[in-house]
Amino acid sequence: MAKKLKEILVDNSNNLVHMWLEEVAEKQKEVTNSSISQDLFENTNREFVNIIFGSVEKESLTSDLDRFTERVINLGWPLSYLTDGLQLFKRVAIEFLIEHEELEVSVPEVLRNVDELVNPVINQLVNEYSGSWENTVSLQRVALQELSAPLIPVMENITVMPLIGTIDTERAKFIMENLLDGVIKHHAEVVLIDITGVPVVDTMVAHHIIQAAEAVRLVGSTCILVGIRPEIAQTIVNLGIDLSKFPTKSSLRKGFTAALEMTNQMIVQTNSEEQTIEELIDSLDRSEQS
Amino acid sequence: MDFRTCVNIQKEWDIVGARQFGRDFSKKLGFGIVDQARIATAISELARNIYLYAGSGKICFDEVENVGSRGICIVSLDTGPGIKDISQVMEDGFSTSGGLGAGLPGVKRLMDEFDITSKEGEGTEIRVVKWVR
Repeated sequence: MAKKLKEILVDNSNNLVHMWLEEVAEKQKEVTNSSISQDLFENTNREFVNIIFGSVEKESLTSDLDRFTERVINLGWPLSYLTDGLQLFKRVAIEFLIEHEELEVSVPEVLRNVDELVNPVINQLVNEYSGSWENTVSLQRVALQELSAPLIPVMENITVMPLIGTIDTERAKFIMENLLDGVIKHHAEVVLIDITGVPVVDTMVAHHIIQAAEAVRLVGSTCILVGIRPEIAQTIVNLGIDLSKFPTKSSLRKGFTAALEMTNQMIVQTNSEEQTIEELIDSLDRSEQS
Repeated sequence: MDFRTCVNIQKEWDIVGARQFGRDFSKKLGFGIVDQARIATAISELARNIYLYAGSGKICFDEVENVGSRGICIVSLDTGPGIKDISQVMEDGFSTSGGLGAGLPGVKRLMDEFDITSKEGEGTEIRVVKWVR
């Protein structure tokens, strides 16, 4: 029986394609997306319906289907385009079969058969699509992890860890590990933790920073917390968090100066000759202007 | 009570979502940068409490008005285990999870109004308000 229904569908594919395209165009009017050209949309629709028919005809999933899904994903079209399209196809097919004259099959039978033909295609598409999303998400996760806690040895005995973005428990763990590894690897005497880029410092973030600083102290180094913005300073005070156990500075620059002092280092400017030439040029420029 | 917007808290990253929404909302209401940071931090604490202790719940936002002044009202709702001794959790330094224990008393200091009701085994509701100055 299913065979016969399928034959009817395949025989009348031209009619069905026509009906489907009309329906889809109607649907598209509701959700107009100006970024997609009409041509591209029509071509994709045509390809889509051919692939649906291909799959229905062979009653198996073709590699064309995979390739098509991949293309739609790469174009960045929403999943709803595919699911809506298939739902419409089901509706069109059912309507067509019910209206078909020489049919002596009951309506539930028709529904069941069409479902059996179209559902594998829907499942395949949705799987493919969500698989691609999951892949993207996991890649981004990895990318984020790489960004999460960099340690930069800037000078002998001084390293900097700039933190940017939200700190969650997983990242806090990373920070602690990287910090301690780095302190030992680079023989750092002073570590500057820069929190300029951390949007909110709540008790949990503060707790992790305090723990990290305490751990750094245990391995014999000093931690300076820098980049505390005025509003963050106020919220820390309101929260009643005690950060008095280690030095803090408002900016990385001040922290760095303090770190230099602590390690008995100094930055001296050399090339005094070059500087005088620059000054000469500067004064020439000024005299020209005047 | 009918709220304008609620953010569900189920994963750790939902805390960021709630905080971001609260920050945008408070910005729209005309809060200054320091108060925005206070509100965001308070939301962060409330949302983290939901995530840590209740597992899931929601943070709801609404605008409140009172004789000429406007404010933001944030309600944290969960159906978790509830709090046995409220006066104990409002003490500085009390924590059951090894944290700093500054969360709830901190929120109280960050905001203008603070209201907590909790029943053991039924859940906790915390309502906080901050007025635009």
